[in-house]
Amino acid sequence: MASDRTAAIVGIHEYPDRKVEGVSAMQIKAHSAARALEDAGLGWSDVDALYDAGETTPGMAGVVMAEYLNLHPRVVDGTGVGGSSYEFHAAHALAAIREKKARVALLTYGSTAKSDSRMPSGIGGPRLDRPTPAANMETPWGLTLIGSYALVAARHMHQYGTTAEELAEIAVTTRYHAMRNPEAVRALEALHFRDIREITTGDVTGSRLIADPLHLLDCCMVSDGGGAVVIADAAVARDTRHRPVWLLGSGEAVGYPENARDITVTAGAQSGPIAFAQAGLRPEDMDIAMIYDSFTITVLAILEDLGFCAKGEGGAYVAGGRLRFDRPGGPALNTDGGGLSSNHPGMRGLFLLIEAVRQLRGDSTSQVPDARYAVAHGNGGQLGTRHAASTIILGRD
Amino acid sequence: MASDIEPARPVPRFPEPDTEPFYARCREHRLSYQTCRSCGAIVFYPRSHCTRCTATELQWHDSEGRGLIYSVTVMRQHSHPAFRARLPVAVALVDLDEGFRMFSEIITTDPSALRIGQRVTVTWIEEGDVVLPAFTPAEEC
Repeated sequence: MASDRTAAIVGIHEYPDRKVEGVSAMQIKAHSAARALEDAGLGWSDVDALYDAGETTPGMAGVVMAEYLNLHPRVVDGTGVGGSSYEFHAAHALAAIREKKARVALLTYGSTAKSDSRMPSGIGGPRLDRPTPAANMETPWGLTLIGSYALVAARHMHQYGTTAEELAEIAVTTRYHAMRNPEAVRALEALHFRDIREITTGDVTGSRLIADPLHLLDCCMVSDGGGAVVIADAAVARDTRHRPVWLLGSGEAVGYPENARDITVTAGAQSGPIAFAQAGLRPEDMDIAMIYDSFTITVLAILEDLGFCAKGEGGAYVAGGRLRFDRPGGPALNTDGGGLSSNHPGMRGLFLLIEAVRQLRGDSTSQVPDARYAVAHGNGGQLGTRHAASTIILGRD
Repeated sequence: MASDIEPARPVPRFPEPDTEPFYARCREHRLSYQTCRSCGAIVFYPRSHCTRCTATELQWHDSEGRGLIYSVTVMRQHSHPAFRARLPVAVALVDLDEGFRMFSEIITTDPSALRIGQRVTVTWIEEGDVVLPAFTPAEEC
């Protein structure tokens, strides 16, 4: 229910650098955790639940981080579902706190994806992963990450007449917000973006095709980075430094190739209604939409699946800058600049929660006046093949 | 089709008991799919259990290898040398006439002309010891 006061986000930190040197992903996680606890007015000893996607310690998610941070949590959750992991973590923290298994949950993320991409890869060392049937059917064809999303975009255009210009609107809106966020501008500079300015749909459709129909500016950046989020029960939340941002509802789902599946429909079509129902709210109640923007098509399809508009009408819905923070008629989209223009170290889901909290605290650089409700929707994996989705509804007092 | 000078594409890795029979049949130029002996459901990609009922006996069938492009993209940038050397590369989800959907490459001289709904036919390419089912536009056969 919108009146639920079980668990709230009380501490946030987004690691400010997008290009690091001599810093490890585990250090980014630890430093972000310290700053997020400080933001809440809490300390290490308050943490009794640890959430870790295993991005730095595959196979031992949560365990190595507990040791590294010197924590003895009573709840450990190593759910690792790509970029959506942190919405899953928030959902699970809400449940653990509701069951009184935990009072203070810590979520951390760290990545040096940008720096790693410059290191030689594919040399030395045995492959430890075993082949899967799906991998054996797909890897010979070399489908790229972008290609997977491009298959969805191509089908969406075919079924609904969606245009490249309509997809571009999403990149235009996120850049509009990024240019108001000094950390995003610094990111664009650090990553040597060519034109650091507001862009037009023509800029997007005029950029080179990477995988038809997706252009360069339909794609997120690759950065270093990370962050942390602290979630606490109602009693702890009342004593923290900022206005609590309550977790009001959550939903989870997976999507994967099936013989007759409509690939324009994401797992969000399942997770969204569950989350909204639990919160007792509707899409039109949302002031803020933090939607995982790995690519423009990701946002378009998810907006439809969450019910902001009917399936297939996303193109018309996003047109004309409707989702800018200073325009009426729809929620403000990815007001930090998103993965398209601010921060995407590979698993962006944590930043969706962080910017939603900034908005509901009144601290965003593209602040929506009196923002009360936000939706954060994480999408992990690849939309055209297999992916995970989690929807979180957030609200303030 | 890979010559000695072209870098090799990644190939299926074995042992992997679900897909091994599929690729064994590919070596005989048979594109195959499974149905459940109990409920008749089509199962693809290959498995050893039915994804509709709980039966674990499946039957192999040969496909005619003809179908429609469900979705297609032309990759114009790639990090793997085997694909980078051949760009642009068209890949697609193909709905086979028997009712299963598979992911593959569309071999064509004009990738940009490929369209959703276009008919395609299986064609076989060799990569080392492995034979892979790709597709080609039906009119080019």
